[in-house]
Amino acid sequence: MNFETVIGLEVHVELFTKSKVFCGCSTEFGGEPNTHCCPVCLGMPGVLPVTNKKAVEYAIKAGLALNCEIASYSKFDRKNYFYPDLPKAYQISQYDLPIAKNGYIEIEAGGKTRRIGITRVHLEEDAGKLIHEEGKSNSLVDLNRTGVPLIEIVSEPDIRSPEEAWLYLNKLKSILQYIEVSDCKMEEGSLRCDVNISIRPEGSDIFGTKVEIKNLGSFKAVRRSLEYEERRQREVIEDGGELVQETRRWDETKGITISMRSKEQAHDYRYFPDPDLMPMVLDRDWVCEIKANLPELPDARKERYVKEFGLPAYDAGVLTSSKALSNFYEECISHYHDPKAVSNWVMVEMMGLMNEKGLEVEQIKLKPQQLAEMLRIMDKGVISGKIAKEVFRDMFETGKDPEVIVKEKGLVQISDENELEKIAQKVIDQNPKSVQDYKNGKEKALGFLVGQMMKETRGKANPQMVNEILKKMLG
Amino acid sequence: MKIAKQTVDHVANLARLYLSEEEKAEMTEKLNSILDYMEKLNELDTTNVEPTAHVIPIKNVFRQDEVRESLSLEETLKNAPDRDGSFFRVPRVIEE
Ligand SMILES: [Zn+2]
Repeated sequence: MNFETVIGLEVHVELFTKSKVFCGCSTEFGGEPNTHCCPVCLGMPGVLPVTNKKAVEYAIKAGLALNCEIASYSKFDRKNYFYPDLPKAYQISQYDLPIAKNGYIEIEAGGKTRRIGITRVHLEEDAGKLIHEEGKSNSLVDLNRTGVPLIEIVSEPDIRSPEEAWLYLNKLKSILQYIEVSDCKMEEGSLRCDVNISIRPEGSDIFGTKVEIKNLGSFKAVRRSLEYEERRQREVIEDGGELVQETRRWDETKGITISMRSKEQAHDYRYFPDPDLMPMVLDRDWVCEIKANLPELPDARKERYVKEFGLPAYDAGVLTSSKALSNFYEECISHYHDPKAVSNWVMVEMMGLMNEKGLEVEQIKLKPQQLAEMLRIMDKGVISGKIAKEVFRDMFETGKDPEVIVKEKGLVQISDENELEKIAQKVIDQNPKSVQDYKNGKEKALGFLVGQMMKETRGKANPQMVNEILKKMLG
Repeated sequence: MKIAKQTVDHVANLARLYLSEEEKAEMTEKLNSILDYMEKLNELDTTNVEPTAHVIPIKNVFRQDEVRESLSLEETLKNAPDRDGSFFRVPRVIEE
């Protein structure tokens, strides 16, 4: 039997406001434990939370960028449960009236555009951090993160493969970074993801038993865990077994999901409207203003690169996949207006080195002006294309200016006719057989001699001149 | 709708309330009488009435995104039954 996979994702993203969502404590990452706390976020009796307007604005902004309808009336609810990372014993969240709903994003999967629905985007507060030390009978609690604004983005069960889930996450992250509401750093916990997955016979429109997967530390882990779970569920069904609705934990080292014992009543949160927080009537003028100020989003930018710069759709897609990369590219072409040439250097050399060293654009030493400058001195004939690659690697590793590298390493291209003739003579003297072959009409022998000259000059000889000089001297 | 004793057990457990058998019986009765009273409201036709999301007629109370001074570490940990350096210390919890 053929099966169809059905996946839905819940993504939590920390908004980068300066202060927390309901109090004035700093949201700064790190810091000594329990030093970004006040009576409000500690849940002391008698305090009153007041909503941070910027957090609401960011949530609206995210909703708009994800093509959602923005609610005209929205409110906060209490989600009640006991856990030591939650000092109030409830989390302020949104239940039935989220800030945004009914949106979508588009992904390119297998050459086709797929639209993935966004059920809702709501605003809530983050919980604290728990540390379980190995072998100790206690857990430690740091409440610095308690009350940092979060948006939860829930997708429709429209995703059909682990690959699509991965593409969806990348697109979502890219959009949120473009609109500058979050840095989306999974390693710092500012982007977290829970997934649920089920399978069903192909063509069926009834959902299968769904499994939720937790403990996903990277997009790669999301993809791998879904691939594993897809296979596991199929095997259970094919062996005549029955799937149970449960939560499973991803074990990164073993590459498997493990069932977590979950209580029947785990999801009885008894939501009710938070009486401390006043409802929000989201003024249409405000929403329109936020919409008008949305920056160019990745899809629009990609289209512009194709139209304006004549780049292939693939290149445009790669360059616009992250805002930082795309900004690097644009700054570079503002200094050197050959979009295709710059695109090649960025996509091949730069991204190659980034991959090799495991670096993000934000972390590299190379500046866009330096790449532009290098291309200019290449055009002037100071360095050859081959040498340029060497200069580029050096710039990438050290952050030095191209002129400095060329000077320090003595990489200036040799375009002096007399000097090249001297070298040509030496090569001719050392390779009488090739010279003879060439004279006998073997065109290939010339290529060999050119190669010898490049070797002699460590790639610095001007290749065009070398060709001409050799031909002239060999008569 | 009638509330059975199991519902009282369940809600008490969720709220971490430990009730004696007597208290449970009393709660069951009281909650039922509250619900009976609420039943009266069902006699009203509310077809065209928006559900009330909030009882106070105030909206849009916001603050600007400004950082204000937090408590000192000592003040924050002052009421904690137990601590470990800068952390609160609690009985070990394992997720779910
Ligand atoms: Zn606070």
